[in-house]
Amino acid sequence: MSTEAVSRPGYTRYVLIGGFFVLVAFLAVGLKLDPREVPSPLIGKPAPAFELPQLHEPDKRFGPAEMRGRVWMLNVWASWCVSCRQEHPVLMTLARSGALPIYGLNYKDERAAGMAWLQQFGNPYRLSAFDAKGQVGIDYGVYGVPETYIIDKRGVIRYKQIGIVTPEILQTKLLPLAKQLEQES
Amino acid sequence: MARAAVDRVIDILFILVLSANIAWAGEAAPAASDPGLEKRVNAISEELRCLVCQNQSLADSHADLAIDLKNQVREKLKQGMSERQIVDYMVERYGDFVLYRPPLKATTFLLWFGPFLLLGAGLVGLFVRLARRGRSAPEALSESERARATALLDVENEAGPR
Repeated sequence: MSTEAVSRPGYTRYVLIGGFFVLVAFLAVGLKLDPREVPSPLIGKPAPAFELPQLHEPDKRFGPAEMRGRVWMLNVWASWCVSCRQEHPVLMTLARSGALPIYGLNYKDERAAGMAWLQQFGNPYRLSAFDAKGQVGIDYGVYGVPETYIIDKRGVIRYKQIGIVTPEILQTKLLPLAKQLEQES
Repeated sequence: MARAAVDRVIDILFILVLSANIAWAGEAAPAASDPGLEKRVNAISEELRCLVCQNQSLADSHADLAIDLKNQVREKLKQGMSERQIVDYMVERYGDFVLYRPPLKATTFLLWFGPFLLLGAGLVGLFVRLARRGRSAPEALSESERARATALLDVENEAGPR
């Protein structure tokens, strides 16, 4: 060790310093990665079909088949979901703008609780499908509510947001994407 | 008197603890109704990651979603699906991430072989270093150096062990 350091003082030191910075770079990148952002295999795939009773009108049903030919947003929410509260104003703003129709998937909730939640905070959804058992949620790979899907006119999932849609994500990703998809045939 | 009261309290606590256990056992009972099936459910669940609590397998996790997914596995097994089909079913929905053993493909090449590459690089480095050290064997000491060394050693010996 010491003979090397004496004979070639520069080399070893540069290797160590270089190695240190490589390590720092890896750690820095690792810090920026969100382990919760699991890449969804569903992007680019047809939105899984379902037929669920609606939250407000249990006799009526809703499924993605009805939405053929339209670009729409499917937002998974629940009254027990704390982050949904945080996301809620963003959805209200979007609903008022009319840029993108929002449909809800009320996930593993109780009907009364879900309806009361919308009553209390306001309802940004054209309607909500009622997925009491979470079976549709599993088909959509839901594991952290809220989750948001953008589905194109051909019924293909084009985007998935795990966790809340922030105003930034809405402005920089969802709205431009919706605009672009609107132009597709 | 006091002693008896304490005993009584302990008895009551003991009964409470026992009854709590009984309640738990009651809750867990339906899962064990078919041990063969449960064994298979567990075997598959061990291989699948709980997405809510990412460092646990489905088998270890008590998260709501994990329980739902375990029920899915159980249902699919009852329907006669094979292990392979069930794992594929999960991957279709949650991606490769759900697997504890990621599949071998282009994007996971580094993951699988990176450690061996590092080990190989380390071994090569070690051999290069050892070879170099072998070649540059230290030269024999000159007469004056030997005298200095002896002097230094003597000084140390005189000082004695601390």
